Amino acid sequence: MTRTLRMALLAGTAMSGMAMSGMAAAQDVTLTIESWRNDDLMIWQQQIIPAFEAAHPGIRVTFAPTAPAEYNAVLNSKLDAGSAGNLITCRPFDASLELFNKGQLADLTDLPAMENFSDVARSAWQTDDGAATFCVPMASVIHGFIYNRTAFEELGLEPPRTTDEFYALLEAIKEDGTYIPMAMGTADQWEAATMGYQNIGPTYWGGEEGRRALIAGEQSLTDEGWVEPLRQLARWRDYLGEGFEAQTYPDSQNLFTLGRAAIYPAGSWEIGVFGPQIEGAFEMGAFPPPVAAEGDTCFISDHTDIALGLNAASPHADAARTFLDWVGSPEFATLYANALPGFFSLNSAPVEMEDPLAQEFVSWRETCEPTIRSTYQILSRGTPNLENETWTASANVITGAETPEDAAARLQQGLDSWYQPQE
Amino acid sequence: MAERKPFRWHVLVFLAPAVLVYTAIMIVPLIGTLNLSLYGRAGGERVWVGLQNFATLFGDPRWSGAFWNALGNNAWFFLVHMLLQNPVGILLAALLSSPRLRMAAFYRTAIFIPTILSFVIVGFVWKLILSPIWGIAPSMLDAVGLRSLFAPWLGREEYALTTLALISVWQFVGIPMMLIYAALLSIPDEVIEAAEIDGITGWSQFWTIKLPLILPAIGIISILTFVGNFNAFDLIYVSQGALAGPNFATDILGTFLYRTFFGFQLQLGDPHMGATIATAMFGIILLGVCIYLFAIQTRLRRYQF
Repeated sequence: MTRTLRMALLAGTAMSGMAMSGMAAAQDVTLTIESWRNDDLMIWQQQIIPAFEAAHPGIRVTFAPTAPAEYNAVLNSKLDAGSAGNLITCRPFDASLELFNKGQLADLTDLPAMENFSDVARSAWQTDDGAATFCVPMASVIHGFIYNRTAFEELGLEPPRTTDEFYALLEAIKEDGTYIPMAMGTADQWEAATMGYQNIGPTYWGGEEGRRALIAGEQSLTDEGWVEPLRQLARWRDYLGEGFEAQTYPDSQNLFTLGRAAIYPAGSWEIGVFGPQIEGAFEMGAFPPPVAAEGDTCFISDHTDIALGLNAASPHADAARTFLDWVGSPEFATLYANALPGFFSLNSAPVEMEDPLAQEFVSWRETCEPTIRSTYQILSRGTPNLENETWTASANVITGAETPEDAAARLQQGLDSWYQPQE
Repeated sequence: MAERKPFRWHVLVFLAPAVLVYTAIMIVPLIGTLNLSLYGRAGGERVWVGLQNFATLFGDPRWSGAFWNALGNNAWFFLVHMLLQNPVGILLAALLSSPRLRMAAFYRTAIFIPTILSFVIVGFVWKLILSPIWGIAPSMLDAVGLRSLFAPWLGREEYALTTLALISVWQFVGIPMMLIYAALLSIPDEVIEAAEIDGITGWSQFWTIKLPLILPAIGIISILTFVGNFNAFDLIYVSQGALAGPNFATDILGTFLYRTFFGFQLQLGDPHMGATIATAMFGIILLGVCIYLFAIQTRLRRYQF
């Protein structure tokens, strides 16, 4: 009974769907992209999709984003219900891997454009053994600090290289009193973890080496390299604005773009957002996370962040593969990196970027060791999940609700409860 | 001997649509949820685990810690409503029903308006009002020389939940006010007149005559508040996010359920544990309602005139 009913409903929906698309255009195929980047709607509609449609008549593309925080929940429900779009924007690592394992993302290993990406670029969207790749890498984001160059010149300050210089700088801005030294709040919690902990952390845990050791179980979160970034975060408290406990992420962005704060712990995705908001009111600069001592190797978080995959249940798999092949092309890479400065292409082909701030960020790739966010691969697979726990812990050490040592111990305890790495 | 009454088919016919719709959208999903909580996932397969999920929820220190924290917060949220929303609602209704009050209709409307606003708007508006950076709360306090009393209330562990509860009280105080107001108006004039002849007026009239007569209405309001508060989710989600910060200080069963069921950020959703929490919530609410129905409602005296 239920089966017949379901079939009848399905058939009805399918027929009405076909009837509607049939009316719209004779053989046009419409592809829908699911994404969490609702900030990028205009760019997709005005630049990226027209460029593709001009070259591929017969395929139409619609960009249908959801709010970032709801994306995973919405996408999972849509995929389970069979109503998800043809193209799925992939989060890195486990969230997408889970979808692939459930058979909801198609295997794209044999897509010709995959050759344009290095192993590292593909690693975020591969099975653990690297045998199958299921999303076309689009971009990575780099963490660092954006600063108000005009304010720095006014106060006679230089961007810092070492941690000591960093705190001396913050102290100087605080003493002057014109600017809030650093624009960051703890209300949204992820800001403290992503722009704080994952930003300065790699310097202390030694980038990839520390990250891999943690996954292998050779290091633990209570080790010096993992506790020290939390201690550093706790020191930031004195340099944040008044009432930072209730300051949200948009509040921080506004404080900086309105010229009230001097330094903004950033992800490079802010570049494209800040530029138009500041509109030349002041100049921006950027510096990488400071190192412990002059001459130390610097580490940056160059995080593989966004990719595009194919809904395995999509009725237009061929058209979708054509689109994905184009997404893997150098043409798309150039278009995307310039339309969205701060999202750095993962394509092996060199991409010319016009934005000076974006160039500054990407130039660190030459001098610093890149790594990705420590909590993203494998370690956020279970419950409690290390990423969300890190959000709370980072915010807590800044507000003083937890000591860095307690927070680290709690994180490790949570991880131990479900993760037993093979020794 | 009287003839047997014919079976009244029209009753069934008229009840059928409501029963069918209610069964389809309430009872079946509810049973589905209860059922879901008895399964688990092992290697991608759905397997029967019996009460294992409940053992995890109450036995695993991390799960039970989060659960009791959420339940405690829920209880506090409810307590604030019971201590403030309902007494204030009754007080407002008593004032409104006073024949000497002018512009009663205006006050009634003004106090009721927030109730029809969406949670989302209320959450955002209050977040803005209380923002230490852009909000008007700090400058208003400054204007009366009380700036030092201002704190980022939504960001401090010790205040956040109470602040949200007060926001919710502000929004919903109109509901008890209206219900009590209606109850007060339904008290026959003869009763009041008799009381006045006996010399009972003013506050003592309220306490001895009116309050006992509106007690059933207060009982209904209390149980509505209880069900509403233990199902609360929207306000917390809108203003504090699914992680219910700072440091889970505002985490209630609703946000805990959402986080577990649908997943959040990198955490993958776990429908089985989510359904387990939903079942626990259902049990708590059912228990509360039963206690109310059997222990309180049956003892309330009703007066007929």
